[in-house]
Amino acid sequence: MQIDLSVLSVTKIFDAFTAVDAVSFEVNQGEFFSILGPSGCGKTTLLRMIAGFTEPTSGAIHIRGEDMSGIAPNKRPVNLIFQHLALFPMMSVEQNIAFGLQRRRENKTDIRKKVRAILERVGLPDYGDRKVDQLSGGQRQRIAIARCLVLNPTVLLLDEPLGALDLKLREQMKVELKKLQAQVGTTFIYITHDQSEALVMSDHVAVMNEGKFEQLDTPQNLYNRPRTPFVARFVGENNAWSGSVHRCGESNVEVRTEEGLVFRTKAEERLQPGQRVDLFLRPEAMLIQPDPGLPGLNRFDVVVDSILFDGANSQLLVTPLKSRRELVVALPQNRQYDYIKAGDKIEIGWDTNSGICFLQR
Amino acid sequence: MIRTLPNSKAYLWGFKSYIILYFSFLFAPLLVTCILAFNDSQFPALPWKGFSLDWFTGSSSERVGIFHDQINLQSIWVSAQVAFFVTILSTAVGTCAAFLFEQENFRFKQALYFLMIAPLVIPGVILGISILVFSTSMGTFFEDSLKLDVGLFGPGFWLVVLGQFSFISTLVTLVVSARLKKFDRTLEEAAMNLGANRFEVIWHITLKFLKPSIISGAAVAFLMSFENFNTTLFLVGSETTLPINLYLQVRDGSTPVINAISFLLIVSTSAVALVNLYFSRRRA
Amino acid sequence: MKASRKHHFQWTLAFFLTPVVLWLFLLIVLPHIDLLFMSFRTKDDSGSMVWSFSNYMLFFKEPIYWLTFVRTVLYSILVTFLTFTIALPVAFYITKVSRPRYQVFLTMLLLLPFWVSELVRVYGWMILLRESGVINHFLMKTGLLDKPIEMLYNDVTMIMGLVYTSMLFMVVPLIGVLENLDDSLIEAAYDLGANMWTILFRIIIPHAVPGIVSGSIVVFMLTLGDYLTPNLMGGKNSLWFTEQIYNQFIASFNWNQGSAFGFLLLALSSLVIWAGLKLTNQKLSKVVK
Repeated sequence: MQIDLSVLSVTKIFDAFTAVDAVSFEVNQGEFFSILGPSGCGKTTLLRMIAGFTEPTSGAIHIRGEDMSGIAPNKRPVNLIFQHLALFPMMSVEQNIAFGLQRRRENKTDIRKKVRAILERVGLPDYGDRKVDQLSGGQRQRIAIARCLVLNPTVLLLDEPLGALDLKLREQMKVELKKLQAQVGTTFIYITHDQSEALVMSDHVAVMNEGKFEQLDTPQNLYNRPRTPFVARFVGENNAWSGSVHRCGESNVEVRTEEGLVFRTKAEERLQPGQRVDLFLRPEAMLIQPDPGLPGLNRFDVVVDSILFDGANSQLLVTPLKSRRELVVALPQNRQYDYIKAGDKIEIGWDTNSGICFLQR
Repeated sequence: MIRTLPNSKAYLWGFKSYIILYFSFLFAPLLVTCILAFNDSQFPALPWKGFSLDWFTGSSSERVGIFHDQINLQSIWVSAQVAFFVTILSTAVGTCAAFLFEQENFRFKQALYFLMIAPLVIPGVILGISILVFSTSMGTFFEDSLKLDVGLFGPGFWLVVLGQFSFISTLVTLVVSARLKKFDRTLEEAAMNLGANRFEVIWHITLKFLKPSIISGAAVAFLMSFENFNTTLFLVGSETTLPINLYLQVRDGSTPVINAISFLLIVSTSAVALVNLYFSRRRA
Repeated sequence: MKASRKHHFQWTLAFFLTPVVLWLFLLIVLPHIDLLFMSFRTKDDSGSMVWSFSNYMLFFKEPIYWLTFVRTVLYSILVTFLTFTIALPVAFYITKVSRPRYQVFLTMLLLLPFWVSELVRVYGWMILLRESGVINHFLMKTGLLDKPIEMLYNDVTMIMGLVYTSMLFMVVPLIGVLENLDDSLIEAAYDLGANMWTILFRIIIPHAVPGIVSGSIVVFMLTLGDYLTPNLMGGKNSLWFTEQIYNQFIASFNWNQGSAFGFLLLALSSLVIWAGLKLTNQKLSKVVK
């Protein structure tokens, strides 16, 4: 498989601030690759370096094996979808899409043909004469993508383009964008701070924090096997519980929490007895009133503080006995747990494989 | 291209030198005027003959400094008085106009609004002559039909005030309107809901909000009035304003006393402009 | 309740409307109507005033008048264009290229000279450019000239002076519109392969049209109606139409003729402004803001 983009140990330093710190990765052709991170983590800087708006302080960026250093943005086989799309309000939809083709001095009939084809492809065939401000949010989105795709870029960069949309439309565009990418086969590099966008659409996701990649993996692995505490906290919801290592086994450890509860769980790194650790537990990994016969569960008793009803995302807020730590437990809406009321004492159990602990730093 | 894009050294340096050239073009005449105000010479020209304050404080027969120059001092005083009245009148009327066009609705509003901005696109000379012609007609009318000789209608102090007021009010209106547009009208509704009547609301709520823009409108009015030439030229009587007086001196050849006046004008208008800018930025 | 609200409403309306109507009618509408009447009156052979077109006829009959008029208009258009080409890079630099922390300072610096009276500024140019002026002094000192040349009182100098005088009214609206131009539009165009000139003509100028129109209207109007700068910097050769008006009013004391000239100037400036607005699809009330 061909590699479309390779980033080789790229660093960007602004004055005294290191925005991007020796980041390396490769993206295969036709992949949907996301960079996920909180605001200020350096993802926008990284994207702008790939686009050519910013020069890296050190390191290299290769596109299809070709070194991009010193090549201006308008000469790179890369196009960028801007956060607020940057559609030209002084031009019609058709003129917007034709803009890049005209810069390549393509002839008029070709341009017209290509514009019509791409409008068809994004599902807005009759919108060529519209003004940009006559389009809805979703339509503008599609025109912005069409404006870049018509140029057949090797890599399409997207800078949180769904951020400005309302929730419903964002959900819809997520699916649409993934479909569109699969259909055109262009390599997409998508940056976002919204983990759901990254997980839903991507083939691979890199989680970025303070200028570095914490983990680069498939969405499933990021969620199920986070490799750093940051990833465990940032991707999906997690209960964090601090404690110390009680005993180390072959592939798992026993952790004693501050309340004196002892759990068996897996660890991401080699641990020694007595070390302080953070234990992460997904809300949906915790079973409510598990069958007493189920083997291999960590079990403990909790008091229900309140029930947060939110349809399929309903949750219980519970506190283990003799503790003040509040935990979030997923509450499946299959009517099985309808009897639970605030103040009830219930048992919680979780599989030793579904928790993960990291050395406290 | 822009600061967020990579730019070539040549582009940035080229642009920078252009800006430096532009600012030299802007400031060269003012700087030269100021410097020559302190030259120990009979003429506002080089060579430099040494530093002297003669053109400010001198009182000998061949060098009358500005502080002893009765004619120029008199014209400064006239200009200040004109500017004072123009500022009061145009600030009051301009504020009324801002309220009228931003908050009231009435028939022919569009037409009246068009009339309000018309003074901006009427050349100052035309404003001057039309007011001169009209006031003279009025004067003749009063004299012929009512046997009244109203001095107000001839060229002179009050006609200058009216002439300047006629277009400066438009500027004040635009300055005040710009801020009134940003006013949250629910505040007025809240005040009315608490029992205030329309005038109380305007006095206690809206005018407080508008204060910075009214102050800067007044400052603009004062400066515009003080430096006006084109309209004033046709309306001025025996009491000449400073720009008219300076014009006559510049046209007929002059001494560096004009540089001294210019220096004082530059320093004081810059001060007023800076203070105004400071306050409008702080309160914005 | 409704009745009393209505009552208050009318009161405030009257309060605001009265001074504004007085101002606009007494100082703008009636004087211009009077000016129009005046321009159609003339003395007949017996010395009494009669209605006539003769003031306007004279304008077209005497080449000196209509030539001056045409010259004034063409030069005003030229000045407007020059002001725009000089001001656009400056506004662009301040809003898009310079570092943000210098922006306020540069804008302030830009405005300062224009708070000073036009007369002082023109006077500054005069002592720079005249035969005994500062520039001649330096040219002689450095040996570039043997004897001083008169740089005042020619068309080039006069146009430069007019450009200088009206610069502010172009720069300020341009800065206003360019501030609202989203940087990412320029970046997007660049990313799509555009060069500097394409970005200038396809993105920046189309975006700046409202500012360009409002700046141009004001600059054109101020230049057309200027008396001071052409008179002092152009001297006797300036042949500016406002000087004809001044001569009729003050020197010849022929107010009827002067009124006709004034009205022609007004009609023409309105026409050019109207045409400018139509061509660029703008509205005066939008542009003035």
